[in-house]
Amino acid sequence: MPRRVRIKDHWAEQRIFTIRGIVAGVIVAVLLLTVAGRLFYLQVIKHDYYAELSQGNRVHTDPIPPSRGLILDRHGVVLADNLPAFQLELVREQIGGMAELDAALARLVAIGLLDADELRGLKRTILSHHVYESVPLKLALDDEEMARFAVHRYEFTGVDIRTRLSRHYPFGAMAVHALGYVAAISEQDLTRIDSATYAGTTLIGKLGVEGAYENDLHGTPGYREVLVNAAGRPVERQGAYTPKLNTRQPIAGSDLILSLDMRVQRAAEDALSGKRGAAIAIDPHTGDVIALASTPGFDPNAFARGLTTKQYDALQNDIDKPLINRALRGAYPPGSTVKPFFALAALKYGVMTPEQTIFCPGHFSLPGSSHLFRDWKPKGHGTISMRHAIQQSCDVYFYTVANKLGIDRMHDFMATFGFGDLTGIDIPGEKPGLMPSTEWKRHAYKKAAEQVWFAGETISVGIGQGYMLATPMQLAHAVSGIASRGQIFKPRLVTAVRAPGSDTLTPRPVQQEPSLTAVAEDQWGVIVDGMELATGPGGTAAAATAGSPYKIAGKTGSAQVFSIGQNEKYNEKQLSERMLDHALFISFAPAEDPKLAVAVFVENGKHGGSTAAPIARKMFDAYLLPEKAGSPEKP
Amino acid sequence: MIYDEFSPSRTRRTLTAGGRTLRALGLDGPLTGVLALIVCIGILVVYSASGQNLKMVEHHLANIAIAVVAMLALARLATPQYLRLFAPVAYVIGILLLVVVDVTGHVGKGAQRWLDIGFLRFQPSEIMKLAVPMICAWYMHERPLPPTFTDLLVMGLLIALPTAMIAREPDLGTALLIASSGLIVLLLAGLQLRIILISIPLLGGAAWAAWHFIHDYQRQRILTFLNPENDPLGAGYHIIQSQIAIGSGGVFGKGYMMGSQAQLEFLPERSTDFIFAVIGEELGLLPCLVLLVLYGIVIGRALYLAMQGQDTFARLTGGAIALSFFVYVFVNSGMVSGILPVVGVPLPMISYGGTSMVTLLAGFGILMSLHSHRKLIGS
Repeated sequence: MPRRVRIKDHWAEQRIFTIRGIVAGVIVAVLLLTVAGRLFYLQVIKHDYYAELSQGNRVHTDPIPPSRGLILDRHGVVLADNLPAFQLELVREQIGGMAELDAALARLVAIGLLDADELRGLKRTILSHHVYESVPLKLALDDEEMARFAVHRYEFTGVDIRTRLSRHYPFGAMAVHALGYVAAISEQDLTRIDSATYAGTTLIGKLGVEGAYENDLHGTPGYREVLVNAAGRPVERQGAYTPKLNTRQPIAGSDLILSLDMRVQRAAEDALSGKRGAAIAIDPHTGDVIALASTPGFDPNAFARGLTTKQYDALQNDIDKPLINRALRGAYPPGSTVKPFFALAALKYGVMTPEQTIFCPGHFSLPGSSHLFRDWKPKGHGTISMRHAIQQSCDVYFYTVANKLGIDRMHDFMATFGFGDLTGIDIPGEKPGLMPSTEWKRHAYKKAAEQVWFAGETISVGIGQGYMLATPMQLAHAVSGIASRGQIFKPRLVTAVRAPGSDTLTPRPVQQEPSLTAVAEDQWGVIVDGMELATGPGGTAAAATAGSPYKIAGKTGSAQVFSIGQNEKYNEKQLSERMLDHALFISFAPAEDPKLAVAVFVENGKHGGSTAAPIARKMFDAYLLPEKAGSPEKP
Repeated sequence: MIYDEFSPSRTRRTLTAGGRTLRALGLDGPLTGVLALIVCIGILVVYSASGQNLKMVEHHLANIAIAVVAMLALARLATPQYLRLFAPVAYVIGILLLVVVDVTGHVGKGAQRWLDIGFLRFQPSEIMKLAVPMICAWYMHERPLPPTFTDLLVMGLLIALPTAMIAREPDLGTALLIASSGLIVLLLAGLQLRIILISIPLLGGAAWAAWHFIHDYQRQRILTFLNPENDPLGAGYHIIQSQIAIGSGGVFGKGYMMGSQAQLEFLPERSTDFIFAVIGEELGLLPCLVLLVLYGIVIGRALYLAMQGQDTFARLTGGAIALSFFVYVFVNSGMVSGILPVVGVPLPMISYGGTSMVTLLAGFGILMSLHSHRKLIGS
């Protein structure tokens, strides 16, 4: 087949091009309309959606943290306030990636502003915040550290110093176990709190009043809308436009008025200084806690400034356990301080009359048993009645009482004074102690043989030993029940709340518990007589109360740290200091019209009369003779 | 030379002095007018999009000046005969420059694209945007239409060579644009429908093969385009921010120089590739549509002028210039509005910087020259 020769046909070619051109023109029109349709979709149908995204892009909400409420004592003395502090902060977004973050942190360690051991925890905290949030690295820089950072500042982006209000405790370590403290918000806290409420806040209350009343003290954060560019930097305008941005001022936290009287608190802490112990004073007519001391303490300002891991470990591992609130968490055998309560039980249940006497030969044994329960006085107290048994703390008398009452009646009666249960004070961490009973023992032990209550175990409880444990707070709470003759109030530290910017106080109601109506007025009289005798001549606490213009009713106690074998002799000098008995004293004054009830506990303080009672005396003086205690205003 | 417009029977309106000048310069009135309008809009938008940077506006104006000079020179001086002679020369020079770039080129954004000859920095691939359609038109000029199989093979090679070299730089976007400018010539030359239908599955296979040869970042771009929300801070950022800008502009816009996305720099490449989003955000839907209409007029008028071309070379070159221009407009506006993947193509006549303005106006210069230099009676 011959090859067809193709020749150029000018008109045909022009027609081909024209047709193709027209088809192309149609396609062009269709595709341009597609783009137009897409624009319509984005700008009309989805406009609201994209407008919102754009708003979120450009406006950052910068939180303004509220200032924390103040804490005042009953006379208006400031116990916790806020002072400006310089803190080192980091914004992850401005730093860049993980490598840059690590480099910046390493650099801060190199110039000595951070501790290498803290890095891991710090990094976790940084990563648990949003990228645009400012995370505190070090809470309070001193002048020297400020100068050091200033020199190296050019090396850092996204790390800067900010002035923030930090918590300040003018009295330092004083009353720290009542106040609690604030510290940097931990990872754990973050899971518990509403992060919006805490935006911009770096400190949160831990323990004590600071912890328990966190919601009142914290306040409501405000915010400031800030225009930011894509790099996250605040800017004034977007091109030619200056948008209107909202600001909401924060609402400060409420101020708290405590029941504490710093004069009494100071008297207690001064008297306890150098000792491990606790002292609590309660107004028996309201349950107001006038003093709550636990020594040794620690400086809460250090927590607000930020502790290094090393410093925290040092506190944690201190053999004297300064972080433990002994007043609430120290459950010890209450010793002879329980005797007035068991005397009252004996009267209530009619197992003894006030005038009925027993003979104390210096030891006691149950019928049919050869086990000897010793009296603290080896020679014995001879013939003795209830009042003098309390005065001289005769053990044999109360062995007898316990034997007659039986453990379950002892338990039930003591429970009405709050033993074995939380007192319900308005700060956290309290321990319930232990008031044993046959039922308790049945539940406490697994083996049947161990669940049986033995009569001998009742005898030990009669002098506050054996299974029985009480916290100093429980003792104070119980003795204020004697002082008020059966009117028992829930202890409280916060008496009123003052709303921010207002002068009016909102009082918190006094909470009364069921009163002890089963005890007759004259029966109370016998007990109070005995406790008055105890602080008088011939009593166990005579020395500590000599020369006071008011009468003190009290009861000493000492609790064995370890038990002595049947044939061993107790020898003070051979025991190491930490093996010595704990010293206790419960009391109230004035005896005829009680205004203050005090419980004192001194770890390894040997004798209640010589160690614990003088501390209580100083507290009574501070409260009842204020002119001698001086002005309460000075930290 | 006799100009058809000068014949009284075909001139229905009174010639103004401006119209006479345009014709004397070899320019087409409507096309020049609309192009000038788009360029003016571009200057205003660049001022806003650059964050009111006068230095950038000055540079943009200088670019326009160079481009206008190129257009005027080509429209007045480049007769069809010269252009036909010059087409293979431009193609060969372009290929040589691409080789030079491959050996010594400047590295920018992970790709070798730029050639620096002291006073001028330019991308040889820009030359190819005109040289490739012109070489195809040149090849078909003496041959009868539609192209035979041999013709297709030859032109296929002429297109594939620079495309492959540019794709290797790597600059996949430009490579595809250049390939498309060549393919446009084939289509306009009357490429048979059955070949088009057969080549669709073949192209699909080629695309599949290409997927395995392209760079990671190019593959990432395509994946991100398919699902931008997957990677909002990485590769999807451009697409998301651009759509936020356009969408938040709404019907009326946020006001000239007041767009938060553009002014606060959430929008990347705001004065170059993504400038269309600035118009959408600050001025709203209507100006966007007006701009699309203006582009439509340019393309339509350019196609109309091409159809009047007196020979195959003139028609194919003109048609390719007109439709390539459309491809740039569509690829850019499609990318910015999120219906096409992110390809580094500026918005024609508006985007700041680069050599694209010069190439585009040079192209229109050639188009208008071919139109104004045609003879009334076929040769």
